[in-house]
Amino acid sequence: MAVMLQSGGMASVSATFPDLSNKLSINYVPVIRSDASPVSGWIRGTRKAGKITAKAVAAPAENAASAASKTGHELLLFEALREGLMEEMERDPRVCVMGEDVGHYGGSYKVTKDLAEKFGDLRVLDTPIAENSFTGMAVGAAMTGLRPVVEGMNMGFLLLAFNQISDNCGMLHYTSGGQFTIPTVIRGPGGVGRQLGAEHSQRLESYFQSIPGIQMVACSTPYNAKGLMKAAIRSENPVVLFEHVLLYNLKERIPDEEYVLSLEEAELVRPGEHVTILTYSRMRYHVMQAAKTLVNIGYDPEVIDIRSLKPFDLYTIGNSVKKTHRVLIVEECMRTGGIGASLTAAINENFHDYLDAPIVCLSSQDVPTPYAGTLEEWTVVQPPQIVTAVEQLCQ
Amino acid sequence: MAHLTKCRGATTLLKRSIPTALFSTRHLATDSTNPITVETSVPFIPHNIDPPSRSVETTPQELLEFFRDMAVMRRMEITADSLYKAKLIRGFCHLYDGQEAFAVGMEAATTRKDAIITAYRDHCLYLARGGTLFEAFAELMGRKDGCSKGKGGSMHFYNKPERFYGGHGIVGAQVPLGCGLAFAQKYSKEENVTFVLYGDGAANQGQLFEALNMAALWNLPAILVCENNQYGMGTAGWRAAKSATYYKRGDYVPGLKVDGMDALAVKQACKFAKDHALKNGPIILEMDTYRYHGHSMSDPGSTYRTRDEISGIRQERDPIERIRKVILSHDLATEKELKDTEKEARKEVDEAVAKAKESPWPDPSELFTNVYVKDLGLEVFGVDRKEVRTVLP
Repeated sequence: MAVMLQSGGMASVSATFPDLSNKLSINYVPVIRSDASPVSGWIRGTRKAGKITAKAVAAPAENAASAASKTGHELLLFEALREGLMEEMERDPRVCVMGEDVGHYGGSYKVTKDLAEKFGDLRVLDTPIAENSFTGMAVGAAMTGLRPVVEGMNMGFLLLAFNQISDNCGMLHYTSGGQFTIPTVIRGPGGVGRQLGAEHSQRLESYFQSIPGIQMVACSTPYNAKGLMKAAIRSENPVVLFEHVLLYNLKERIPDEEYVLSLEEAELVRPGEHVTILTYSRMRYHVMQAAKTLVNIGYDPEVIDIRSLKPFDLYTIGNSVKKTHRVLIVEECMRTGGIGASLTAAINENFHDYLDAPIVCLSSQDVPTPYAGTLEEWTVVQPPQIVTAVEQLCQ
Repeated sequence: MAHLTKCRGATTLLKRSIPTALFSTRHLATDSTNPITVETSVPFIPHNIDPPSRSVETTPQELLEFFRDMAVMRRMEITADSLYKAKLIRGFCHLYDGQEAFAVGMEAATTRKDAIITAYRDHCLYLARGGTLFEAFAELMGRKDGCSKGKGGSMHFYNKPERFYGGHGIVGAQVPLGCGLAFAQKYSKEENVTFVLYGDGAANQGQLFEALNMAALWNLPAILVCENNQYGMGTAGWRAAKSATYYKRGDYVPGLKVDGMDALAVKQACKFAKDHALKNGPIILEMDTYRYHGHSMSDPGSTYRTRDEISGIRQERDPIERIRKVILSHDLATEKELKDTEKEARKEVDEAVAKAKESPWPDPSELFTNVYVKDLGLEVFGVDRKEVRTVLP
């Protein structure tokens, strides 16, 4: 089932309910043009056979007057994550949480606040500071059928667990010939914060992206945070959910009814005609800020929050490239080996014919994030740089 | 030193010649369950715990099963050796011969609801846990009928229904996984235990101590078994560890040192450990054992130890010989019958190898299956970039 939901100001996003059991063979879905007439061509897609989201691309935001402005409830991003987590824990007794300070302390970013009182110390497990082994423990528990959610207090600490994530989480399904599934969720805040220093400002999505067998998603709003959290927990694959330290206090109104988002879909933030700007996580807000300026000077950027970092939603991205013919990638990863680098390669390979200009990728500098505020600001992409890049791209 | 299992009441260990006519109708796989008590020749050495008794209860049936299973395992490993040299098995192949007593002893003390996880020396444990020879050899040769569809290899044997969790290549990484299995057992309130196997090399890994701390903290039913075969790859234990008393390393966790080449002692220790773990949380068992082959097939095994040492252990402590002596001294079978059992084992293994050789290679499409569950329609980009993955209208 696909349900269209609106949340004030954003374009329609299709939400899908999670009973995926009968729909998951690689299926060919008919492609529908924007005038809703089917074509003879077929495209292999991740879409489910049946309901097609006819307006998945370039649908102008229908006015929020109709739907959810007054219904729903307002909350902050970390509360949205908690709500998603709590709902899943209530729904399925196999879901458990493990991490440092998640239990009695309530989580260092309050994502697991009060969960230990509700579900008990075994289900919301306070671990010692031993990332390698508690991530391994989560994988071992997942092999028997439990669905652990591992919290890295900061994503950077999970580097200590790299072997467990890469070999055991990612590869066990393959090396066991399909016998074991590892339905873990590994989540935590990453990204550059406010002067947290080099070791606490890491962007692990660039290190993890090569690991076969895992899925990676990045949330950026309370709405998609809750939806992605729920989807990640329900997924049979190991999912790494990247949150951002600076986004936890974002406020938004989200629907009251239950919803689950698709892990592999990108989100159209702002439709446009001139250039496609691909971004995720915190950079989405820098891009939207730049978009305001761009609109004032006469450009019409299309902004897509890619959300799914592995695999890329090439369907949405491709349709956008086909329309605008110019691509700008704005990311927080470092230049070398980041998500932007892979995305550039993927778009170049797949949609080369549609490009009118080389892809421009704005990333953070290839340096350890400095402590000094001014230096830190220069490490990360800022809105004026985005504006300049669009101007140059659209010449 | 002769480490021979003694038996009560036997005056001599010499083979007695028995007229075959009297026993012509007796089957080797006797279903006699008359209890026999055998005393282990080497005492258990405890750490922070009272050791179990040295008298082990067993039955003729069990002893004969031990002999048979170990003969099959020994044959399998030797055959794997020759298959490797014939280049039918490639990559890494870590052989378990010499250590078979542990596999059969642990099986005898556990049920199939208990979980077992080990590292890469997993062929015989896979077999002990209900794996078939055919699937084992097919996997070793990379065929599609292998237990992991040919995609895992020697180091990745798994058997989910029988709760054998593999098969892991990175030294020590299986220990936190094993504690996770024990965690899941506690979470689901099952009255079962997890045997977490590792070697003397892995005993120096930090994640082991991390996992041990957590297991002890939460009273998880985990039994950590250090299969100390004296060498961590090419380095002797005393050269890699400041304190080579692995059973004591748990400190606050009790430990037991066991003669790992005596199947009956292993059985006793595992039973004891299982009772302990269900009530009191983790325990460490150190199995004093030995491997005849090198670390893997690329290691001749003779550069860091002498051939005399290997043949000495083979003469004095070989697990199959010890069970043979127990069987003969208790008069449960004749020499000829035991030799016949070994011949049958050899035949079984050869048949399995022949069948495995005919098994086909995996289909190329298998390259992309099982990367994700149900493969979710995800496109896995192949090496051939000319293949177009998305077609837009």
